[in-house]
Parts: sequence; C-alpha cells; structure tokens
Amino acid sequence: MSGSEWRRVWTVVWKDTLTERRTKAAFNAMAFFAGMVLLIFAFALGPDTPGIGPMGQTLLQYVSPGLLWVAIMLTAVLALGRSFQIELENGALEGLRLYPGERRSIGIGKILSNVLTLAAMELLVVPIGAVLYNLDLWSKLPALAGVLFLATIGLAAVGTFYAALTVNLRAREVMLPLLLFPVMVPVILGAVKATNLILNGSLMQDELGTWVRLLIVFDVVFVTVCTLTFEYVLEE
Amino acid sequence: MVVGSDMISPLAIDARGIGKRFGRSWALRGLDLTVLAGQSVCLLGPNGSGKTTFLRVLATATRPTQGEAFVFGHHSVRDGDEVRRRVGLLSHRTFLYGELTALENLRFAAGMYGVHRDQASLHRTLTEVGLDYAAHRRVRGFSQGMIQRLALARATLHQPPLLLLDEPYSALDATALQLLDRFLDRFVAGGGTMIVVTHQIERGLAACERAVAIKAGRLVYDGPSDSFLSSPQAAAAGDWA
Repeated sequence: MSGSEWRRVWTVVWKDTLTERRTKAAFNAMAFFAGMVLLIFAFALGPDTPGIGPMGQTLLQYVSPGLLWVAIMLTAVLALGRSFQIELENGALEGLRLYPGERRSIGIGKILSNVLTLAAMELLVVPIGAVLYNLDLWSKLPALAGVLFLATIGLAAVGTFYAALTVNLRAREVMLPLLLFPVMVPVILGAVKATNLILNGSLMQDELGTWVRLLIVFDVVFVTVCTLTFEYVLEE
Repeated sequence: MVVGSDMISPLAIDARGIGKRFGRSWALRGLDLTVLAGQSVCLLGPNGSGKTTFLRVLATATRPTQGEAFVFGHHSVRDGDEVRRRVGLLSHRTFLYGELTALENLRFAAGMYGVHRDQASLHRTLTEVGLDYAAHRRVRGFSQGMIQRLALARATLHQPPLLLLDEPYSALDATALQLLDRFLDRFVAGGGTMIVVTHQIERGLAACERAVAIKAGRLVYDGPSDSFLSSPQAAAAGDWA
C-alpha cells in the first residue's frame, strides 16, 4: 500500500472515531447490552453454584470464558452493523464510492475503526465479567489481552465485510448475524478455548499455542480476503 | 483554475448510446452527447426524463446498461478511478456527515481525494461559498441552503475539470444564488467544464452557453442556450419548469 492509501485509511479511522465519540450511539448501546447479557448469565447460573472444574471453581467461573465471548460476540454485532449505517445518512456511502483511489483503503480504515470500537467494548465487558463472575484476572491479563486482540481482528475484518455487504438490505439487522456467525466459528472456537485455558487451565503452553496459532492463521486469511474483496462489496 | 484536465482529449464528455434500465423501465434510451472541454451545458427535462441518471453514469455512480461514456478520454467503467479524479458531483444527496463540522467534512473529503489542504486553505474554501462563519458548527444544525453550499465546496475540493451539478439552485436564498453564480462563473472562466441540471430554466440557461433537453431518456434539443427559449421544445418546457 502506498503512502496516500495509508492517509486515506487514517482519514476513515479519524472520521469514524470522531463521529462515534460525539454520538456514542454504538458504545452506549453496546455497554448496556453487554452489561445485561453478563448480568443475566450471572443470575441464571448463580454465583455460588458448585462447579465441575478441576481447580474448585464455581460453575460461573468455570463457564465464564464462554459467557464472556457470548457477550462480546452479541454486542459486536451492534457495533459492526452501526459502522456502515452511519454511511447511509446523506448518501455518504455513495460519496465514499466516488472518491478516487483504491477502495481497499476504505475497507482497512473501517476494519481499524471497528477494532478500536470493539476494543473499547471489551475494556468494559471483561472487567464487568470479572466482577460479576468473581474472576481473578490480574495474573492472566497479558495472555488474555493477547487472545482478545487476535480474536477482535478476525471479528472486525469479517464483521466489516458483512456489514458493508448487508448495509443496503432492508433486513440488514437480521442478515448480518446470520452471515457473520457461521463464518466466525473458527475464531469463536479458538478464542473460547484459549480463554478457557488461560482462566481455568494451568496455562498449558502447547495447547494454548495451538489455539493462538489458529487465531493468527484465521486473522491473516480473513483480513487478506476481506481487504482484497472489499472493492466488489462497495460496488453499486 | 482547474487541474487534472487532459489536453489529449478535447472532449470532456463523449457519451455513446447510453442506456440505463431500472428493473423493467428504461431511464435512458441510447443517449448520445459530446461536450467540449471548457463548455458549460444546461441539461433540461421533465421529472423522470433521465437527467440525474445521466449525471450518475458520468460520475461513475452507476454503470450504464448499454453504451459507453468517456470523460476526458477515460472510460467510465474501465478507468473509473481516472474519471473520479476528474469529476466533481453535486447531487441530491450531499455526502456530508451531520456529526462533523463544516471544516471537518472538508478535511475528510480532502483526505479521501488525496489532496493536501491545510486549515487556512480549507477556511478559504469555506469563505468562497460564504460559510466561513460556520466552519466549526456541526452540519446537523445547518439550513438546507448552507448544506447545499458546503456540498458544493466538498464537490470541488479536488479542483475537478468537470463539474456535474444536479439542481444546484435549490434551497438557496438570493444572496446564496448570487454567490453560486459567481462561483460557477469563476469555474467556467478558469477553463472548467460543467453540466447543470435544473428546473430553474432561465437561470440555468443564463449560466450556460449550451442547452440540452432530454425527454423519456432521449435527446430532444441540443443547441445554444439563447436559442432554446424560441425553439419548439421551449413550449414543452413550460410543463417542466
């Protein structure tokens, strides 16, 4: 990518983050929704229900990796859908199409914007989850942050692609998760397994490494495919 | 002064047999039109005659179903990127972001067009359209006339040699209309080519040297602007205006 393309990437990221900072439309909805999902699980499973884990965890602690990722995935759909809905106002999406230059820079810019939005959401979800599920995260934070980072890149890449693809559909709110979740299965699987090993396991390096490598491979594949095909997604 | 015009092709626009179909209805039916570089054309026609569709084909916003269009020698589909560098489109949709200020909207457009414009230069652009006083106000609170002027500033930010204006006079008050007339006069005097689609026939004819009228997607008049009002087509134009 040339310098001018990276400037366009930065321009898209700047515009999206500025718009979100002013409206907080995606973040407020995400924060509320994520809080509700985590709270419902906490009530449903109970904080003191004895667990089946090998290290004496409660049930809530034992299943917390899966619960955190359910909350993250469901909440992410709100943010990803919103990322292109803001382009519908005043025909801005057509305006984006009419700028000269490689359209992949728009796609990469949107992916980076979504990575930032999802990261902000995860900064909220993980501490809330830690408090509600009584998780001790401090010693595991660097490893957990690494897994969150890798999974967020894959989620943002595929999510941006499908958000652009469905933005002009009347049933876009339904179509986005229907298309997104099946494709995201490898990333969700890798993220849940790796998070489970970090939070509940004994940090078995080999197994954790396998899931992290899977996340990296899918990130590379998803980012490459989504970036290269973004040109066609933006077509009329 | 406009940049990016090609001396290789004296034709700013060369549209050959342009047809555009939406579902089962044709918006354009084999439209041929050539426009010399530096010419100003007033494109007239009743609602649904295909004027906006034609501008969108030239701006690469939509692909023709039939025929092909060249802008400064560049094919609108195959060399879409080259065409987009040379075209500024002011359409019904303003392409502006309501949550950004006027200045931020222009900064975004400059970044996307790949043109380097510093803060002072963007302020000058806003001054040209009479909006410098609103530079730091969010577009969401703008009146329709202010939005129209900002959209014009955005469309011409990369100094395109071809300007496509769809109803540029709508929602403008008398002062803004004078400002727009001066803006377009400067553009044409600087060698720019423009097509103005409007239902304000007399104002459009006064701004352009050539008039083209289309009806049901077909060309029905092509001649000097000052002859249009005395032509048989002008009688029909009474229904359009």
